[in-house]
Amino acid sequence: METSVDKELSPARVKTGAGFSSKKTPDTVSTNKRLKRSHRQIRAENIFRRTIMIVAVATVVLVVGIMITLAWQSRLSIQSAGLGFLWGKVWDPVRDIFGVYPFLLGTLLTSFLALIISVPFSFAVALFLGEYFPKGWMPDLLKNLVELIAAVPSVIYGFWGLAVLVPIVRSFETAIGVNAVGLGIFSSSLILAIMIIPYAASLGRSMIQMVPANLKEAAYSLGATRWEVIRMVILPYTKSGLFAGVMLSLGRALGETMAVTMVIGNTSLIPKNIFSPGNTMASVIANEFTEADHPVYLSALIELGLVLFVVTVVINMIGKRLIKGVSK
Amino acid sequence: MESTIVKSVNYNAYFGDNHVVKDVNIEIPRNTTIAVMGPSGCGKTTFLRGINRMHELIPGATAKGQILLNGEDVMEMHPIFVRLKIGMVFQRPNPFPNLSIYDNVIAGYKLNGIKLPKAERDNIVQHSLTRVALWNEVKDSLTKKGSFLSGGQQQRLCIARAVAMEPEVLLFDEPTSALDPISTSTVEELFHELKKNYTLIIVTHNMQQAARVSDRTAFFYMGELVEFDDTKTMFTNPKDIRTQNYITGRFS
Repeated sequence: METSVDKELSPARVKTGAGFSSKKTPDTVSTNKRLKRSHRQIRAENIFRRTIMIVAVATVVLVVGIMITLAWQSRLSIQSAGLGFLWGKVWDPVRDIFGVYPFLLGTLLTSFLALIISVPFSFAVALFLGEYFPKGWMPDLLKNLVELIAAVPSVIYGFWGLAVLVPIVRSFETAIGVNAVGLGIFSSSLILAIMIIPYAASLGRSMIQMVPANLKEAAYSLGATRWEVIRMVILPYTKSGLFAGVMLSLGRALGETMAVTMVIGNTSLIPKNIFSPGNTMASVIANEFTEADHPVYLSALIELGLVLFVVTVVINMIGKRLIKGVSK
Repeated sequence: MESTIVKSVNYNAYFGDNHVVKDVNIEIPRNTTIAVMGPSGCGKTTFLRGINRMHELIPGATAKGQILLNGEDVMEMHPIFVRLKIGMVFQRPNPFPNLSIYDNVIAGYKLNGIKLPKAERDNIVQHSLTRVALWNEVKDSLTKKGSFLSGGQQQRLCIARAVAMEPEVLLFDEPTSALDPISTSTVEELFHELKKNYTLIIVTHNMQQAARVSDRTAFFYMGELVEFDDTKTMFTNPKDIRTQNYITGRFS
């Protein structure tokens, strides 16, 4: 803050400038006018700078504030369960036992599974739209439709999941001989996979379109095929961008609540396999917030939110690190 | 007598409805340096890119007529074989930024999935870099990224990359227009060396360069090949009035 004040242009300092002390010639009048205008501009510039600084700082304060609120509101739960909250395997609000482990596992399982399912589709869309067919009405339509995936409200995905996906998954489970519930981690992952495709796909597409044409031509002129150009030029050039898109998708998957809550089966048991019903941290909060009838329960749910928040932040930080590593 | 290596027969090239190269007939003898000159937009670069079928990579680009390489129509060949036999160097130096100098030189082999023993690779790298007079400058920094080199060095690296594939013809698309005068003269000296092993076709809008480096010069105007003759004859005694006007600077 202090340094930025030092750097500010002060109108007073400008006034002592050389041009001002000259004699009164007809020229000076217009010079005066011009200087007056520039004073106004400098003042406006300073006001603008302060405004955007305040807004920027306010954003940071807001995030820190949310974190503090979460921490403060979860103090009851932290006092009663301590660190055991993080690896406690039982979540039993009736007996006031709160362990987050089943939901942590549920969140990480659904998100990473969704990521694994969606990445091939995202990359395929990104390559198709970025390299093979960057122009024309068909790619435009496809691009808009893919972006529309992100615009559909998540409760609609939940409905669709219940009505269409869950029965399909159930018959699939019957076919392979596991406990056929339909609702569960796997169904949630499928729904999430669809929901997060556009994030990696649009970022990937714009990165792929930014690959300089002269590099691609260099490869073609050496007898490369399209696939070789993709593998040797486009992918190395865009890998950090593609990875950033994947991280964006992951961040979305970790926090997604409504659709997951509707198809995950909502049980506090530790999932035995990917077809088991379960819960994610977000789905527990959504499900149980209205039922939290005593202060410790409520506080435990808020602590769950805090853990989700921290997990998301940590995974994002790891992702940024990896992007830096990749782009070297 | 010298034999013909590249021959075009009624070659026409289009971008959509835009007819940019019109009925070009030319016979290019082996181991010569050909300069292709003409004002901007005259179709010289498009013609050049037609020779190794780079033209067709641009959406909407089409071509008619024949380009013969050793009597074989390149339009009938697989574009990859065409480009392996006809190397290309571009206007702006474009080494692969993610590859080392070493890997840039053998990029053609890597791209085509050709696996070579290390000794042979080393040999190709040294040989190619020596050909372009870059070996002594970079032999101690082969593992560094190609993008660390100066513009002129990068362009020579790109020539080495094309030379490494042992093509028969090398196409140059205004190879020195992004370089400083000293790098330009280094590259121009290279042409004299490279001519011994390859046929060079150089697009340039620099008439002095055409006069300095080429054996024969082709003059393109409005998509047509106006004149193709010995460089000396072309510059001292042009037959066509349009060539004369261009050389004397009456239009550019």
